[in-house]
Amino acid sequence: MLPATLNTYIALSVALFAIGLLGVLVRRNTLVVFMCLELMLVASTLALVAFSRFNGTMDGNVFVFFILTVAAAEVAVGLAIIVALFRRRQTIQVDELNALKN
Amino acid sequence: MAALLFNLFVLLTAISALGVVLCRNAVNAAMCLLLSLVGVAGLFVALDAYLLAFILLLVYAGAIVALFLFIVMLLDTQGAPRPVLHKLPLLARFVAGALVLAGLASFLARGRLPSPDPAAVPALGANLKLYAYQLFTTYLLPVQIIGFLLLIAMLGVIVLSKKFEGVDDIK
Repeated sequence: MLPATLNTYIALSVALFAIGLLGVLVRRNTLVVFMCLELMLVASTLALVAFSRFNGTMDGNVFVFFILTVAAAEVAVGLAIIVALFRRRQTIQVDELNALKN
Repeated sequence: MAALLFNLFVLLTAISALGVVLCRNAVNAAMCLLLSLVGVAGLFVALDAYLLAFILLLVYAGAIVALFLFIVMLLDTQGAPRPVLHKLPLLARFVAGALVLAGLASFLARGRLPSPDPAAVPALGANLKLYAYQLFTTYLLPVQIIGFLLLIAMLGVIVLSKKFEGVDDIK
């Protein structure tokens, strides 16, 4: 059984962030890479809320509010970019999107 | 009971986060993301941040994952052949992954944050009035900026998803 302490919350947050980063590094589908980015964002919000709760402050919670808003805007724009990319290149595989390489 | 639920949510979050990375199918990955977000929302409830748990479910699970699923359906890239990986990027990925795992392992092994008793600390996140008070006093300027950001994002999405054939369309 895991103790419900600050350490456990932050460990889970670090683990989520690491998993998300791993997904960004190893996955080749742009959509899944984007999902893993969202996972990293959620990991940071979990850390903020945990710190806020255990320190008796309000600022972390309000920050999570803003992060959620920015995440919604980011997903809308990012998915629009992916759709525009697919329309032009007919692929969303990361390895094939190398127009800037040379 | 609370301890059991806490463990359950931690496991749910971690395992379904792994599922996002490991699932080959993009739809399954989106579903795993959804489960992981539900787990995080449960942890928010355990941390007495009820409003944030609700908003997380509403915004992330309701809107963002649905948007992801919609785009996966729209693009339909499931049948793409697996591209061959070259040696150098593969090596770089392994090194980066190993570094990430080493960092995680070092935190799990040595991270000791002082944890006060939650009962002794006031649960400010449970108080809805405090959110409103903070948002309309200390964080009034960020709220305005965020509103403007949302407007710009909406305009950006409209511009991005419109088809431009030639110069005449832009005018």
